[in-house]
Amino acid sequence: MTGKKVRIRAKGKIFEGIVMPSFTGNLVLKLENGYNVGFAEYELLEVLEDVERVPIISELKRKDGLPDVKIISTGGTIASKIDYRTGAVTSQFTAEEIIADIPELAEICNVSAELLFNILSENMKPRHWIELARRVYEALKSYEGVIITHGTDTMHYSSAAISFMLSTPKPVVFVGAQRSSDRPSSDAAMNLLCSAKLSISDVGEVLVCMHGSTSDDYCLAHRGVKVRKMHTSRRDAFQSINAKPVAKINYPSLEVEWLSWRYRRGERELVLRDKLEEKVVLIKFFPGLSAEIIDFFHSKGYRGFVIEGTGLGHVSTDWIETLKRVCEDSIVLMTSQCLYGRVCDRVYDTGRDLLKAGVIEGEDMLPETALVKLMFLLGNYDLETAKELVKVNLVGEIEKRSQF
Amino acid sequence: MDYGDLGLKVGIEIHQQLDTKHKLFCFCPTAAREVEDSNFEFFRYLRLKRSEIGEEDRAAKEEVERSRRFIYKYYDSTCLVEADEEPPRELNREALLIAIQVAKMLNMEVVDEVHVMRKIVIDGSNTTGFQRTALVAFGGFLEVEGRRIGISTLCLEEEACRKIEEGEGYAVYSLDRLGIPLVEIGTDPDIDSPEMAKKVAARLGMILRSTGKVKRGLGTIRQDVNISIRDGARVEIKGVQELDILDKIVEYEVLRQVNLLKIKEELKERGAEVKEEIFDVTKVFENTRSKIIKNKTVKAILLKNFAGIVGREIQPGRRLGTEFADIAKTYGLGGIFHTDELPGYGISEEEVRRLREFAGAEESDAVVIAAGDAVRVEKALKRIIERAKFCLTGVPEETRKANEDGTTSYLRPLPGAARMYPETDVPPVVITEEMLNVEIPELIEDRAKRYERLLPKDLAWEIADSPYYRIFEEYSEKLQPTVVARVLHLVPATLRKEGVDVEKLEEEHYRLVLDMILRGEIAKEGAEEALKLLSENPSYTAEDLKEKIGGAEDIDSFIAKLIEEKADLIAERGEAAFKPLMGIVMKEFRGKVDGKVLAEKLKKAIRDFLS
Repeated sequence: MTGKKVRIRAKGKIFEGIVMPSFTGNLVLKLENGYNVGFAEYELLEVLEDVERVPIISELKRKDGLPDVKIISTGGTIASKIDYRTGAVTSQFTAEEIIADIPELAEICNVSAELLFNILSENMKPRHWIELARRVYEALKSYEGVIITHGTDTMHYSSAAISFMLSTPKPVVFVGAQRSSDRPSSDAAMNLLCSAKLSISDVGEVLVCMHGSTSDDYCLAHRGVKVRKMHTSRRDAFQSINAKPVAKINYPSLEVEWLSWRYRRGERELVLRDKLEEKVVLIKFFPGLSAEIIDFFHSKGYRGFVIEGTGLGHVSTDWIETLKRVCEDSIVLMTSQCLYGRVCDRVYDTGRDLLKAGVIEGEDMLPETALVKLMFLLGNYDLETAKELVKVNLVGEIEKRSQF
Repeated sequence: MDYGDLGLKVGIEIHQQLDTKHKLFCFCPTAAREVEDSNFEFFRYLRLKRSEIGEEDRAAKEEVERSRRFIYKYYDSTCLVEADEEPPRELNREALLIAIQVAKMLNMEVVDEVHVMRKIVIDGSNTTGFQRTALVAFGGFLEVEGRRIGISTLCLEEEACRKIEEGEGYAVYSLDRLGIPLVEIGTDPDIDSPEMAKKVAARLGMILRSTGKVKRGLGTIRQDVNISIRDGARVEIKGVQELDILDKIVEYEVLRQVNLLKIKEELKERGAEVKEEIFDVTKVFENTRSKIIKNKTVKAILLKNFAGIVGREIQPGRRLGTEFADIAKTYGLGGIFHTDELPGYGISEEEVRRLREFAGAEESDAVVIAAGDAVRVEKALKRIIERAKFCLTGVPEETRKANEDGTTSYLRPLPGAARMYPETDVPPVVITEEMLNVEIPELIEDRAKRYERLLPKDLAWEIADSPYYRIFEEYSEKLQPTVVARVLHLVPATLRKEGVDVEKLEEEHYRLVLDMILRGEIAKEGAEEALKLLSENPSYTAEDLKEKIGGAEDIDSFIAKLIEEKADLIAERGEAAFKPLMGIVMKEFRGKVDGKVLAEKLKKAIRDFLS
């Protein structure tokens, strides 16, 4: 009966309303005054007709002289609509609908939109990254820039994956929202407007564009391999780690200020390497964790290991023997759970033993970036070449110098 | 005015803050803060969200068109929930129980399952762009002077931010108030006179205070009033903070609607018309001596056959033009000028002549101008055209703001009904039998009747309505009820008039003073001095007070010395010397020692001297 308008008798009164989804077994009605109310006992008097209304959205006209930008949605909702009658929030994804919600976008670029996936970002798998990389590759042949709307939970994994798989001469901008876009206070519109400006600017790399502070004052563009979600709910959750943000996009002026080195537009050739080795694992070490965990994955055929070690890049000394064995036919890459800083295994004995065992220092790479990099290297190169490349900066994932 | 004849219908909506430990959807305290204590500020913009059917809420749309930056003041007593940077926590059970209690006192039916909704509000007073609200009960009534007034709904909702400041294109809000639980109680439109409106509000207020769990003081209770007359329109007046002016608000609104209906008739007779065109008349005022419009974009609209009407008074001190000016103000402009009041305000006769010429206005027409930022002026005038057109049809439905003098100003269009959707972050609450078994507290009026046996009527009501009535009950068994009432009410009231900050006094202070009287450590007259000292030094102990006020030890020596000094007088006048001597003694010990005790001691001393 959900969605139907009904008349009921409850608590000695007559109520009319639309039946809403219920999780308790009670009848939930949306009353005329807009409130939802649950009734445990009621008598259904009548099911009334419900008139369906069709949304009216005007056709989008292409504006000459504006650059063409492609928006690819992976299910991250940048512009949702609310049905005030049923209270349902649904995602929408035609260019017309996006523009209807954020009309300023039409002043920046001509938007084409495509719904690639409709999945929550926590359900993203490496095969989705491959498909996404292929779509972006195609789009880059005919558009000035590409915007990817993405759920925030795993956005930095995806941005790292696309960074390695796709050598791009044009901007590829990941964007999301921390506040769902059905709210008047959502950060979606400002994030998208700043991303649009970035997607037509003089940069040729994969970026993540999100709020730079809790205010609606500017967005920051982070390098796709140097960014991490550092807060569960704040607008400025995304931060560049061990690197400066690439750019600051002021709002509402949308002026772009470059903050660090960058690949310029046209600097790199468009190349796609769309293979990934999925049997790579990220293991966070903690006091008491047994090295059996390594053996387990190794026995399952895993040949890529990223360890999120302690401090400068350590695990317990009782892991050494196991690691020595595993390193013979695998890559073990050491990163740090400190996140900020660079791994250095030459300072303490444990570190030196790890190096001797064949563990490779992950420099200042984020553990998640290191994971994706290993997937990419093991998918496209033989083990020895992969071992060589893992310490080489490919797309900005390693900064040679650490700065304040 | 014959309100029955006019078909007056009034419904009131009371918003009462609850005195809970925590806010409705987070664990922040519900205390008010000084803006200077803010340790951080941030700003946001809000965007209008369209419904699926492509409709935008009219009230919300107008707010967005004013496109303002909202600045928020954050405190160490606020959190990420208020900043819209963290999902809300579950519905505060303490607040829900109070709401259920009030519902039962109003003979209402409580819903079986409470669902929290988001009500779109985009004037910036809610960081999220919506107010969280839940319908808790419906279908009750209360009796006022033998008449039954229907209570349609009781909602539990979060209080909005406090507005600190407003300027062109921005507004500053304080987060301390955001999220304080409120109960919103709406009556049916059963009220048919201004007096009745006041009485219903007073009774609702009394019932709410009877729970002992509502906040008190300015701004903690607000009334919204819905008023309509036949051929008029439903107008919602928001934010009446003083119960005393509620009748006046109703009276003046009826007057306004009656006058607008008269204006409509007159305009019809005149064949009046509102021109759609907006003229850019900046050039006319190029060299103006009016500081208000100098160097600004000035635009004008033409109202055919409106001459004299724009300046017509519709409420005391408020003209039709004031209504237009209200609209301009909501768009961040200073106001408007119209030809009924010009020349004036530095605008010359010559400028008015050229303005009329530019707009093509004849003698019988009126021209309205606004000055400021071009976009704002354009938007405001567009809206004023719409409002002026409404003069031809009658009274527009709208939301208005209560002014202190009982008049009202335009705020925004009436919000549409379709502006609510579920707050999916907060799970619904199933109401259990246990929750429904809340105790119904004794009504303040019943309590007052009990106290009338112990105290004069007025004082009985004051004490019954005081947050300290429990102290009264406790101590009036051990001390004279009038003494306790004096300490709890009369003394603080007197001190307040003298400028003493008695708000600093808390329950423990009153108990301390009463205990000291009880133990004979100070006289009952000493209460005034004791409470004054405690207001200034809230940490004073009984010892401190005794030391400052002085005990009864040296009365005897004082009297002995006095008798010695005034021996001649006593010898001359005999017992009649008591009166002048008592004056001296009282001057020394007033407030420290009970007058009766002093009188007895002095009488005895005189008698001893004479014998």
